[in-house]
Amino acid sequence: MKPFTTLNSIVAPLDRVDVDTDQIIPAQFLKRVERTGFGQFLFHKWRFEEDGSTNLDFELNQPRYLGSSILVSGRNFGSGSSREHAPWALLDYGFRCVIAPSFADIFTNNCLQNGILLIQLNERTVRHIINNALNGKGYELTVNLQTQRVWDQDKKIEAEFDIDEFSKYKLVNGLDDIDLTLQYEDKILDFEKSKTQLH
Amino acid sequence: MPPKTMFEKIWNSHVVHEEVDQPSILYVDLHLIHEVTTPQAFDGLREAGRLVRRPDLTIATADHNTPTNIGRAFMPVTDPIARQQLEALSNNCQEFGINLYDMGSPKQGIVHIIGPEQGWTQPGKVIVCGDSHTSTHGAFGAFAFGIGTSEVEHVLATQTVRQNIPKTMEIRIDGALPFGVTAKDLILGIIGEIGVGGGQGHVIEYTGEAIQSMSMDGRMTVCNMTIEGGGRAGMVAPDETTFDYLRGRPQAPQGEEFEKAVEEWSALKTDEGSEFDNLVTIDATSIEPMISWGTNPSMVMPVTGLVPDPNLIDSKDNRKAAESALEYMDLEPGTSIQNIKLDRVFIGSCTNARLDDLRAAATIAKGHKVNDHVYAMVVPGSTAVKLQAESEGLDSIFKDAGFDWREAGCSMCLGMNPDVLSPGERCASTSNRNFEGRQGRGGRTHLVSPEMATAAAIAGQFVDIREWELS
Repeated sequence: MKPFTTLNSIVAPLDRVDVDTDQIIPAQFLKRVERTGFGQFLFHKWRFEEDGSTNLDFELNQPRYLGSSILVSGRNFGSGSSREHAPWALLDYGFRCVIAPSFADIFTNNCLQNGILLIQLNERTVRHIINNALNGKGYELTVNLQTQRVWDQDKKIEAEFDIDEFSKYKLVNGLDDIDLTLQYEDKILDFEKSKTQLH
Repeated sequence: MPPKTMFEKIWNSHVVHEEVDQPSILYVDLHLIHEVTTPQAFDGLREAGRLVRRPDLTIATADHNTPTNIGRAFMPVTDPIARQQLEALSNNCQEFGINLYDMGSPKQGIVHIIGPEQGWTQPGKVIVCGDSHTSTHGAFGAFAFGIGTSEVEHVLATQTVRQNIPKTMEIRIDGALPFGVTAKDLILGIIGEIGVGGGQGHVIEYTGEAIQSMSMDGRMTVCNMTIEGGGRAGMVAPDETTFDYLRGRPQAPQGEEFEKAVEEWSALKTDEGSEFDNLVTIDATSIEPMISWGTNPSMVMPVTGLVPDPNLIDSKDNRKAAESALEYMDLEPGTSIQNIKLDRVFIGSCTNARLDDLRAAATIAKGHKVNDHVYAMVVPGSTAVKLQAESEGLDSIFKDAGFDWREAGCSMCLGMNPDVLSPGERCASTSNRNFEGRQGRGGRTHLVSPEMATAAAIAGQFVDIREWELS
């Protein structure tokens, strides 16, 4: 997993609430057995017309948002299905950070497993960021995970965000959970032994 | 000792390791797996040279991709990528020593239906699966929740899962559900009330008269859709209904062991005086048969209602979401929902394809014919449900009425197999999600109970099930 330290990028806005993982990646594309190659299917039903052509009305298809690594959207982002293909698709497309007022629980865990930073900011700040990204050309944000701050070029937006120490530690170091848990293998074994004695 | 909630008791008894400011390491009693969310996890194990720690606590089935045509076990799966995924599951289970209930097995079925029906799902267990509807198993007083593929790999390797302790919420349903109102209507009503993010970060325990008098199949429907309200897990305290359901199931404790288990299970219920972080109360008597009108499960209305007018919604975000939903659903504000013509009906999914659901649907269908303009399918939740339904003659009732009787699987709930809606088609569905394109690109989904779906198939439009005349 790639460590996350700082990020500076154009911001891509998705001005909707309750964006569910079926929209992030539809079920028909979950049949691959690899972790890679899902970016082409990201927001498929919104990005492409039925005949496969590009939907020019969809925000992310506008040239000014190309190459963006920061997505900003409305509350309850990532709701619904537990598919980890959703963060895989976001990551493969190029997003390393999503900003929203709130995120669904399973999606949050899945992003953390893939080095994607989710930044929760209040509704008002998120609204400002969305509007700036919609109205300006090349609106950029800088994120520093170490100091837990996010700001724009002219410092009109400058916000602190919360993240628990453990998640931060994992993201900054690009660490895998399994190795961390296996440090406690003795305790797992003890637990299993005590359970067998009980039953 | 201070009083504890059922959730706290289960959590505490499963903590392997905890440290300040870190997610706890919880032991997993039952890990259910299926073809879609596991291939990458097994690859991860192979790359790291790891084994499955407890294959004996891991159960596999094929459900999401499987075709549902009768006789499928003897025909090749036509979609090459789906076939590859099904083969990967089979190979992985063989390589790592996991029991797989594949197409053709009498124990095959939707993962959340076979767990309870075989008796693997039991009170007090921690149960996980790479599927958000794992919340279903909470109906037995288990702590059950969906995880992603990396977490699946973690559970395979360590038999534990890392979790931050969630908050708790009690949803108390006072009074009894009126005639014609089902568990599905109740949970749709609840989600309509709390919203799709209302349960975020919480484990929800459902209490109250309507829950106590509900069958296990009904409780599973309620817990199943907890995730649609954003809840981490749903739970119901185990009681006589739970024990009666489990007694004699193949994987449940047997004989004297069972009675000992009942004693332990009975102690799980939330202690009097325990505090939840949040309380929501619902008046069961006010719930009517429900229909979803929009593109998420909180966009619901009673069958007697009119399609809502977005202009009357205060919040700008919600108004925009409602406008976009009505456009996608091709609905006009102010229309009576009963005047909407349907093209398809889907009776199935982990929400509503258990025996109770099929029995209720058959009662409505008996002696009637599916409307000429509607194609209606019944997809049992498991092969065992299908076989039992057939032994009760339910399949004949459905077939005589013109329903397509299918093999078990997830089917058109998410349209990963060939069962999908065509663009613009409108479907009454007993499943759990009405997201855009969920049942097929451009498809329009209305979530309803099995009874309402059956009546809609016959009438060709929604009808108030309370006025249905049984023949």
